[in-house]
Amino acid sequence: MATTTSDIQTEIDKHDDHAGHDDHHHGPEKGLMRWVKTTNHKDIGTLYLWFAFIMLLVGGAMAMVIRAELFQPGLQLVEPQFFNQMTTLHGLIMVFGAIMPAFVGLANWQIPLMVGAPDMALPRMNNWSFWILPFAGAMLLSTLFMQGGGPAFGWTFYAPLSTTFAPDSTDFFIFAIHMLGFSSIMGAINIIATILNMRAPGMRLMDMPLFVWTWLITAFLLIAAMPVLAGAVTMMLMDRNFGTSFFDAAGGGDPVLFQHIFWFFGHPEVYIMILPAFGVVSQIIPTFARKPLFGYSSMVYATASIALLSFVVWAHHMFLTGMPIAGQMYFMYATIMISVPTGVKVFNWVTTMWRGSMTFEVPMMWAIAFVMLFTIGGFSGLMLGIAPADIQYHDTYFVVAHFHYVLVTGALFSIIAAVFYWLPKWCGRMFNEKLATIHFWWAVISVNVLFFPQHFLGLAGMPRRIPDYALQFSDFNMISSIGGFAFGASFFLLTYIIVDTIRNGKPVKEARVWESAKGLEWTVATPAPLHTFDEAPTRELILAESSHTGSH
Amino acid sequence: MLSTGYSIHSPLRYKLAPFLLMLILIVCLPSMAHADFGVNLPEGVTPISNKIYGLHMTIFWVCVAIGVVVFSVMIYSMIFHRKSKGAVAANFHESTAIELVWTLVPLAILIMIAVPATRVLIDLENTDEAEMTVKITGYQWKWQYEYLDEKISFFSNLAKGAREATRDAEKRGSIDHYLLNVDKRLVLPINKRIRFLMTSNDVIHSWWVRDLGVKQDANPGFINDSWATITKPGIYRGQCAELCGKDHGFMPIVVEAKTQEDYDVWIKEQKAIAAAAAAAGDREWTKDELMVKGQEVYSTSCAACHGVTGQGVPGAFPAMAGSKVVTGDVKEHIKTVMDGRAGTAMQAFKGQLDDAAMAAVITYERNAFGNNTGDLVQPATIKAAR
Amino acid sequence: MQSQEQYYVPTGSYWPILGSVGMAALLGGFASSLHGSGMGTGMMVLGFAIIIFMVFGWMGQVVNESEAGTYNLQVDQSFRMGMGWFIFSEVMFFAAFFGALYYVRNFAVPWLGGAGNNAFTPTLYPEAFKSVWPLINMPLPENFSVPKGIIHAWEVPAINTLLLLTSGATITWAHWGLKNNHRNNLIGGLIATILLGITFLGFQAAEYAEAYMELGLTLKSGIYGSTFFMLTGFHGFHVFLGTLMLTVILMRVLRGHFNSERNFGFEAVAWYWHFVDVVWLGLFIFVYWI
Ligand code: HEA
Ligand code: HEA
Ligand code: HEC
Ligand code: CUA
Ligand SMILES: [Cu+2]
Repeated sequence: MATTTSDIQTEIDKHDDHAGHDDHHHGPEKGLMRWVKTTNHKDIGTLYLWFAFIMLLVGGAMAMVIRAELFQPGLQLVEPQFFNQMTTLHGLIMVFGAIMPAFVGLANWQIPLMVGAPDMALPRMNNWSFWILPFAGAMLLSTLFMQGGGPAFGWTFYAPLSTTFAPDSTDFFIFAIHMLGFSSIMGAINIIATILNMRAPGMRLMDMPLFVWTWLITAFLLIAAMPVLAGAVTMMLMDRNFGTSFFDAAGGGDPVLFQHIFWFFGHPEVYIMILPAFGVVSQIIPTFARKPLFGYSSMVYATASIALLSFVVWAHHMFLTGMPIAGQMYFMYATIMISVPTGVKVFNWVTTMWRGSMTFEVPMMWAIAFVMLFTIGGFSGLMLGIAPADIQYHDTYFVVAHFHYVLVTGALFSIIAAVFYWLPKWCGRMFNEKLATIHFWWAVISVNVLFFPQHFLGLAGMPRRIPDYALQFSDFNMISSIGGFAFGASFFLLTYIIVDTIRNGKPVKEARVWESAKGLEWTVATPAPLHTFDEAPTRELILAESSHTGSH
Repeated sequence: MLSTGYSIHSPLRYKLAPFLLMLILIVCLPSMAHADFGVNLPEGVTPISNKIYGLHMTIFWVCVAIGVVVFSVMIYSMIFHRKSKGAVAANFHESTAIELVWTLVPLAILIMIAVPATRVLIDLENTDEAEMTVKITGYQWKWQYEYLDEKISFFSNLAKGAREATRDAEKRGSIDHYLLNVDKRLVLPINKRIRFLMTSNDVIHSWWVRDLGVKQDANPGFINDSWATITKPGIYRGQCAELCGKDHGFMPIVVEAKTQEDYDVWIKEQKAIAAAAAAAGDREWTKDELMVKGQEVYSTSCAACHGVTGQGVPGAFPAMAGSKVVTGDVKEHIKTVMDGRAGTAMQAFKGQLDDAAMAAVITYERNAFGNNTGDLVQPATIKAAR
Repeated sequence: MQSQEQYYVPTGSYWPILGSVGMAALLGGFASSLHGSGMGTGMMVLGFAIIIFMVFGWMGQVVNESEAGTYNLQVDQSFRMGMGWFIFSEVMFFAAFFGALYYVRNFAVPWLGGAGNNAFTPTLYPEAFKSVWPLINMPLPENFSVPKGIIHAWEVPAINTLLLLTSGATITWAHWGLKNNHRNNLIGGLIATILLGITFLGFQAAEYAEAYMELGLTLKSGIYGSTFFMLTGFHGFHVFLGTLMLTVILMRVLRGHFNSERNFGFEAVAWYWHFVDVVWLGLFIFVYWI
């Protein structure tokens, strides 16, 4: 190990040299225009991450409205119609505004660093992918202020509630979805081109870090799924305004057709939000277990299997639409099959920890919480996948509990883990570990108080998407709301920690911020200079930095 | 060493921490098993709901078992394989054999779950001859029940008083089954194989009564079916389970299961009531009578959209107060209420309200909320307009 | 340290933000105009103008950079991958509409007629309703335009198939011309392809006119009209875009752009054209023929 380390050191020195005084790159512009015009993957990554964070707060504030209204039975704060708008926009903003852009932001920052590329493959298009988002987000949010209110038909916008019976603002919602989809597709194309075409020549596919692998597969899912969503909203637009009858039985269409098209997109979409999370966790656990990732190749195959299976299970959201029994059986079997490759991943993480030499820095704690809580969410997913049992679960808070376990303690937790893991590299400063530890425990405990009782509520018979409920649901709702407020408040602390790190954090000089982290990103200077890898890293360096070849 | 990196050393906290987390979760999990604690599915009162309950418990315990194994291994290594304990990292990172095991074992477990699940599914879809058929139609936001064999049909709305209780904590406490009560129950006989036909008049609803093990989407333009054989007399409550607009949370379902004798009595009563209602439309009504009845009809059938005080919801539901239709030509008003407005939430009330109720609500609208038109609409006028 | 040819990373650019503004104005304006806002149409036109300006400006810059030799082969490869995956996304967009067609033909319409587990569904409809494809009579025809007939495969659509297949050959011919440095073949092939594309569009316009004026087959003709016009309409729109792009390529060829090695722009448009071709075959078979 000693020899490779010194090699790496020289490597780093060279890079340092490079970034320090290099004049064939024009320095970044100053002020706002730097961010508007930027083609730099790190700048764009930063933009994505801040955008996602702001949207998380907006979507979270809506969740707070939901939880406040549900704190007690009765209608206290908002009207039912407004409650439905909150539910709908909360779901949409969290999915399209927070989680997806956050992962794209991580991809922008990390993928070029991890594959030894000078930038993303198509930098100008990269800028466009980002700069569509604020406009689309603004269009979506503006619907709240229109006559008749914003979309109130759930983030799944089932026809005909979203066609014949929806407010005028729905057309703005449709176009916002078009724009978000366009942005995602361009972003995904860029990521695929970067990974396949920009890798350092010495890096083979099976040398790539898992975060890169999971994103490659996610990008494929995006390109295959987002256009289908565009098709769905286009049909909606036509049904609403131009007299077609895709979703209207009177003209020979079928409202259930909408659900098929939506979920053909929607189910891959949920894996779009979890595969990069798997990637993040697969980077973090080996670092702090000081042990190579167990089962690298099976991780890759498992990810690919999950992705492929995700296209053939969509109708498990539709068991009660009157699907023929053969359909229910098929979709049930296909759905529960996904547990197998997902289980492989969980087992690999656990085995990576097994007989490691573990320390529990903040990113590691988030990663461990991810593994446990995501697994719990996966179990409830498995239960939902059993078609006859889903009769009792469908459209209850059991489903709400399921997807918040996989989305909040899954996707969102992995994003927080990733930010704590890479933030010191990005800004050259270490976060306040005491505060971050307090924040971790605060968040992890409150999030369980928030979502665990929702399992009980669902089984006890509380439907989802209701602003008011029968009295027997009062206790658990109150507990859940208290957990919700506590979890919401934890974001004040998180915001403080991040801003404090960037502005006053203790400077970090070491390139390798975490002592046993592996990967090319840890060979560039800290903080990562604006331009890195103008020259590709060598194969020796790549192998030495691989987290899975056993060269630890 | 290239860099020291960062690691925190605070053994005690970390030793306790994972336990804390697991404690919350693992302790909570099995408590789901206590059915009467209000945290689990009920076993229900139909063969199907019993089977679903059994299946639910099976898969639940399978998940708990897998969880215990996985989390134990994880927690064990978190405690014993930590650097602060002097653990030195091993370097293994691959084993085809073990990968194979943990692919095949879960697969086997899944097959074990899939077999009983498939059995229940097949039972569920069993469409043998039904002994009676009830057609259920979802409306924004009420249910219509049609006894196809008995030619009885009625609407079931949220019970009176619930809407006011949404904003009045005291009423909420005193009212019977807040939000889970209706003005007219679906009455069914026990020990009979009943077929439900589900459809909708507007958007998608979903008819769900947990104790019967029935939840089925009601899709506009299509008819789904579902069935149940209730084994115990009693009152079973449920709710609409598909987001259907503003008052999705306010369309409860109440099923009352009676013995065959009691059920037969009830059927007779219903036929008598229907005859009396038809007769009521044959006489002349006074204005006061119409206004009183009209207010009642308005608050059950119209207030959900047009508001208790006729103010509507801007951009979604027009106000009745000062509406051009309501203060204008009576014929147009009658036509609007009878036929509804195609392609909007305004449904046709022809089939929902009898002559007297229709006349009353129209009279009421024309003379309430400051619409002092002074017009009187008699049931006979409605009869003629049908 | 391995050395690698410098990958071109452009400096900051205004084009993307302009594109976003244009897109927001176009779509926001369209949505407003759908609900009778007077400003909507103006905004839409403005947005459209901005987008056109952006496309020409941005692409113009790329062409200039390309001609100046700024791009190495790796950059060229990125462009190719970008175009390839973009076309794949278009395939998935059409897949949504083909999927809808498949579903209504094989499931929804038969179910409306009582097939499968929908034995009771026909009780909702008048007896006159027959669930057959093409669905000329809707279940509840009151609010629809009931067509007198449909467009048959072996008339104009067959000619259009021939036209597009031929255009696939002419573009390949042009490609060979480029590869072998026969500029005249290249130009001739391109012109022929463009003319075939325009003729196709002309025939399609005539077909639409017939459908609307004579047959009463419109977007409002129930699910048959919906799937027919959405599929053929989006395809026609793609032919239109393809023809425009071919025209731009022709202009560039006339200015001496492209050679047997450096020809991304040409090939990208050629791929696109082939894609449009294949979609048409799908349409011809599933929309017009069977
Ligand atoms: C990140 C997002 C995410 C993820 C990863 C998942 C993962 C899964 N989901 Fe979930 N799901 C959602 C997001 C997600 N879901 C959302 C948002 C909804 C609601 C949408 C809406 O209606 O609004 C939903 C709804 C939903 C439904 C519809 C419920 C209903 O409306 O009635 C179903 C039904 O089958 C389902 C199933 C599953 C399954 C089987 C998995 C599997 O992938 C889980 C696999 C993981 C495990 C099983 C745990 C680990 C495995 C092991 C330890 C191995 C051993 C295990 C066994 C052999 C059992 N999900
Ligand atoms: C994608 C990710 C995602 C995330 C991260 C979340 C996060 C949260 N979600 Fe949500 N949720 C969805 C996706 C997500 N959700 C989806 C898809 C639906 C379905 C929608 C539908 O039915 O159509 C849904 C639905 C949903 C419901 C059901 C609504 C209903 O059926 O009526 C509820 C109810 O409790 C809920 C709660 C929460 C809470 C409390 C959080 C918390 O984790 C949020 C925490 C964050 C913050 C609180 C923000 C930070 C703090 C501030 C801005 C300061 C203000 C704070 C205070 C006042 C304390 N969500
Ligand atoms: C589910 C919602 C809903 C219910 C219940 C409802 N309406 Fe309406 N009503 C509407 C909507 C929406 C419109 C507007 C239709 C349009 O846009 O043309 C409307 C329009 C009307 C109009 C015409 C108003 C005008 O100014 O154009 C009258 C009169 C009316 N309703 C009366 C009634 C009566 C009487 C009842 C009860 C017996 C009732 N409505 C129940 C939704 C409803
Ligand atoms: Cu009816 Cu929800
Ligand atoms: Cu799913």
